[in-house]
Amino acid sequence: MQITATVNGTEVTRDVEPRVLLVHHLREELGLTGTHWGCDTSNCGTCVVLLDGQPVKSCTVLAAMVDGHEVTTVEGLADGATLDPVQQGFMAEHGLQCGFCTPGMMLTARALLDRTPHPDEQQIREAISGQICRCTGYATIVRSIQWAADHPAVRTEPTGAQA
Amino acid sequence: MQIPAAFDYVRAGSVGDVLDLLERHGPESRIVAGGHSLLPMMKLRLARPDCLIDINGLAELDFVVEEPGRLRVGALTRHTTLLESALVGRLFPIVHDAERVIADPVVRNRGTIGGSLCQADPAEDLSTVCDVLRAEVVITGPAGERSVPMAEFHRGPYESACDQSELVTEIRFPIAARSSSAYEKVERRVGDWAVAAVGAAVTLAEDGTIADASIGLTALGLEGVATEAAASLHGQLPSEAVFAEAGRLAAAASDPTEDQRGPVDYKRHLADELTRRVLRRAVQRASTGS
Repeated sequence: MQITATVNGTEVTRDVEPRVLLVHHLREELGLTGTHWGCDTSNCGTCVVLLDGQPVKSCTVLAAMVDGHEVTTVEGLADGATLDPVQQGFMAEHGLQCGFCTPGMMLTARALLDRTPHPDEQQIREAISGQICRCTGYATIVRSIQWAADHPAVRTEPTGAQA
Repeated sequence: MQIPAAFDYVRAGSVGDVLDLLERHGPESRIVAGGHSLLPMMKLRLARPDCLIDINGLAELDFVVEEPGRLRVGALTRHTTLLESALVGRLFPIVHDAERVIADPVVRNRGTIGGSLCQADPAEDLSTVCDVLRAEVVITGPAGERSVPMAEFHRGPYESACDQSELVTEIRFPIAARSSSAYEKVERRVGDWAVAAVGAAVTLAEDGTIADASIGLTALGLEGVATEAAASLHGQLPSEAVFAEAGRLAAAASDPTEDQRGPVDYKRHLADELTRRVLRRAVQRASTGS
């Protein structure tokens, strides 16, 4: 069947088999390997992408289901050469070690900050609670997201502070 | 790599469309909403439908509406929507208690109330919540709409009263004055199934005694509500002694099995302790109107 979805702002049309999962469609058909494929059982959250702005586990969504919808992967976070504040936060606060969980963590963080620009620590921990990191103990991920909240991009907050 | 067996995929545009598609594609077709129960089963080849009928486009089934005496919730309402609804939290705090511990926030963005009930997993939280609140499940089929009390909706593990030719379209919750509710679950980690969980709803009389109560157990080997435990509360003034007796009866009514989540005596202990806690909280909420 044919599906058309807006992936990272660009409309893409592809023929897919109905049984193809979104994570494999993104990685293998569209070459967006920033979306990682982990537990395959909707537990680990490394495959998280944004579907119409909401984080979803792409190992448990059919590619067919995103027809007519918007998908954002980690490749779509940066605006050209300008990194998203979340990406800058992960650099500034050492939010990753091996990097396997990082794309999913950053997308969930982006969705959180879009709805709740100034989350407290509890809200951050709750937001990422469906995603597993085996390196950081989460402390630096939480600090990275706090950093991003404290340094909103100019483009998302025109009157805001310096990023 | 877990990939489902091949299937046909069709998207429904309306409830009528779903019914037509179910008839056309026959007994090996399945409805998919959030897909967070069905797709994992298909990936493990525990389910092998010939055809999936996707109802995610049916905005008409995604609603939360208060009417005199009842709250109507569309079957396609996502967990996240329920959790973020102030109306749901005010009328039925048990739903928010449960939703906070159902899977994780990302999964809750996809999963739906209708899908949770139809999956009929014995360890599923919203089924207990709907039992406790004496919800009605509205089922739409070729012959029109019918309403089934939650107590009769589940026919056993993974089996429900919704026929192959039908679709669950709505869940209705009766609203009563001076009432409240609570849910508590013990889980090993975020997103896991319950080791055990208990839900309760109470209605207080004007003199402060308990006029009505309902207690439901999750993952404790009891289908439906703990009738004797709830009956023991009727006409009583709320007190620790009264809650303890209900807890004892709920534990006696439970029939847990030992598994990797714990031994039988631990789960029985939880049935008792969690019953006391949710009663305490439900009564407190009903008295303060919060």
